[in-house]
Order: sequence, then structure tokens, then C-alpha cells
Amino acid sequence: MGIINDFEYKKPKNIKEALQLLAEKRGKSKILAGGTDLIVYLKEELLKTELVIDLKGIEELNNIKVEKDKVIIGAGVTFTELIESQEIQKKLPILWEACKKVASVGIRNRATLAGNICSAVPSIDSAPALLVYDAEIVVQNATEKKNVSIHNWFTGPKKTILASDEIVISINIPLSKHTGGYEKLGRYQGEDLAQAGIGILVDSVKNYRFASCAVGPVPKRLYKLEEYLQGKEINEEILAKAGDIISDEISPISDIRSSAEYRTHMMKVMFNRGFKKALTSMKGGRL
Amino acid sequence: MKQITFKLNNEIRSIYVEPEEILLDVLREKLGVKSPKCGCDRGDCGACAVLLDGRSVRSCLVLAIEVDGHEIVTVEGISQAGLTKVQQSMLDNNAFQCGFCAPGIVVTTTELLEHNPRPTMEEIKEALSGNLCRCSGYLPILESVQHVVEEADNE
Repeated sequence: MGIINDFEYKKPKNIKEALQLLAEKRGKSKILAGGTDLIVYLKEELLKTELVIDLKGIEELNNIKVEKDKVIIGAGVTFTELIESQEIQKKLPILWEACKKVASVGIRNRATLAGNICSAVPSIDSAPALLVYDAEIVVQNATEKKNVSIHNWFTGPKKTILASDEIVISINIPLSKHTGGYEKLGRYQGEDLAQAGIGILVDSVKNYRFASCAVGPVPKRLYKLEEYLQGKEINEEILAKAGDIISDEISPISDIRSSAEYRTHMMKVMFNRGFKKALTSMKGGRL
Repeated sequence: MKQITFKLNNEIRSIYVEPEEILLDVLREKLGVKSPKCGCDRGDCGACAVLLDGRSVRSCLVLAIEVDGHEIVTVEGISQAGLTKVQQSMLDNNAFQCGFCAPGIVVTTTELLEHNPRPTMEEIKEALSGNLCRCSGYLPILESVQHVVEEADNE
């Protein structure tokens, strides 16, 4: 099956050119990065567009830059490039782990982190990591460039704060000493969308951060859970109470992939598993 | 219509395409390269996998116009100098029944062994997790790849 509705295709060489095209066809153009979502939407007529602007010709978007206090991930960087980056593995282990759990190799070779957050499906694997890292999204339009906190980014299922004349330039992640991971529930390993997911960050002074995906309309930080656990020495009693807080803080739905009850139950299981793993690794223990 | 030029299985090809044309359709219908198959048509099954600049991609999710100036390799290109070790191993181990998924699996394993010549069973499974097969139950496919690794170890 091809794409029924025709469109124009442009591959600008720099950001300025891309922004110009976007402004000329405001609301009637779509940005193409990896295309693993966009092409499906165009094929299934969930979207129509007059112009497709392919960002892959813009060299400066294709870099991962490590600075003293942050990592800058260009909008053109694919999941495979993130997984193969030793800097990402070392400095942003939670994101690295999440990237490995996105779809399958053939998708990861093409799909970008920026595209993932722009598609903004509720089951988005990369969001819990970005949320616990307090990532900033750098967006630009014809007149200004600004930073948007990841916490304000997602506004609903498949909806973001990004305006139709703006382009994501990069995702900036502040560096900190930490450990943690991303636990994902799928029907099987590889390929499947998350039925529930939790990102976990632990540091040496008992700061704990958690964020969820696929258990609410948008991925989000679990602030009540964080507040309860903050500074505590963790034991089984505390973990049990924490489980109750999780059930209150998430709002999963029942759909074709699992029931709300199952998602809630598994969030507690994955929280326990992932949190204990992270605490052990913080203490320098083997997993 | 726009003219695109790209390397296809070691040959430079030029062809006119519309922006909305999908790479898979252009390969099969316009260029006669029939190994990539249309299974799910939405990137889930892996039957349409081809190598784009050495990396496996879903040709059903790539616009033909995007490969202008790039290189595409399909099973036709992979076996240009005869069957590769992994293809031979799949043949020897009766890895497939209907064979519809075979081209995608050959493409994916070719990429895997290129980047990681000694994958563990876990790594083989992970690499192939995006290729669906509805007849084999996967085991003979996974074992075929493992055999190639074991043989290389014994050499």
C-alpha cells in the first residue's frame, strides 16, 4: 500500500532554510526525521500534508555533544547512534537502557529521539528517562530559539507543546552523578509497545526520581512517590507503602494490550525490581 | 517526478519517482528487485528489511526519494558472489518453511554479523526480535545463525 495523498518533498541544507519552508506552509507541512511514525500516519491517512520537510540533510542536527555540565543530543540522532555512543552509556545510563528497549533494530536504525518525543504516544519508552533527567528541549522558529522543559512538553496523547512553525533542534540533558534504569512491560521482548514503563534514578544522597509511561495520557514524573521515599533508608515496609502511592499516582486504561489492573500491579512489581537493582548498583554491588 | 540516483546492489541506478512513493514499492515494482516483501506495511514485521548504507531499515517506511545519493543492498546484492555462510546455514538447517520472512531475516542477520561477528544467543534473539516468522517457530532460524558463529569459533 502506498500513500494516497500526494505532497511535495524538500530536503533543506540548514535550519534557516527549514524554518522558512515551515513558515511558508504553516500548518500544512510535516517534519520528517526517521519517518517510522510519519510514514505510517501518511499511509493510513491519519495525516495529510502538502509538504514533507526532511531534516536529514541538516548536518548540525546529527551530533551528540558532551559538554561539562550537559549532553546535547541533536534532533537527527537515531536510537542506534545513542545506543552505540559510549558517552551515552556511561553518562546517561537510564536513557541508554530505554533506547535499547525501543521497538527493534530496523526501527532504531532510523527513528530519532526527537521524533519519538514529537510523536508523543503515551507508551513512549524514552520519556521516563528524559523526565528523571529534567531534560530541556531546544526549539526554534523563524524569530526565536528557546528551551522547553520536558515537564511541560507532553500535553496529551500524541500532543505536545511544539507549535506548527517550530522545529526541535536538540534535547539537552544535564549531567549528574547517578545510577538507575528503565523497566518496561511488553507482551514479549523486542518490538512491542510498552504496556507500562518506569524510569528510576538514584543518587548517593538518597535522592530518588521516578517517571512513568503507558499508565496515563502522558508520561510523567511520580512526585508523590519521590516525596515519600526522599532520604529514606529503604526496607520492605517502605516499599509496600510506596506501591500504594504508585497506584494512586498513575491512571492506566484498559485496552487491547492489557487491563488497567494488570498495568497497576506490574508497575509496582517493576518499581520494586528496578529500584532494588538501582540501589544495589549505587552501593557498588553487582546486579 | 524527481530523478533520484542511488547505488542498488553495487550498481548505480537512476529513476524518476514521485515524493510519496515508498522505497519498497519502487524496488519491487519499478526496479524488479523482488526479495523485500510487503508483510504488515507498517514497520512491525521486518519482511521488507533492506540495508541502507549498511544498516537494516524497513523499506515500507522509507520514501524512495530519501535514498537519493545513498546505497541500498537487498538479498540479491548480499548473495551476488554466491550464498553467504549464514544463508547456507539456513538452507542446511531447514530454517524456513514458506520463506516469506527469509529475505528480511537474511538482511537483519547480515547486519548483525557485520557489526558483531560473535553474537550470543541473546544478542541473536534481540537482533531478530523485529522479524516475524509465522511458520518456523524461530528455533531453526536462531540455530542457523548460532551455527555460523560456532563454526567461526572452531576455525
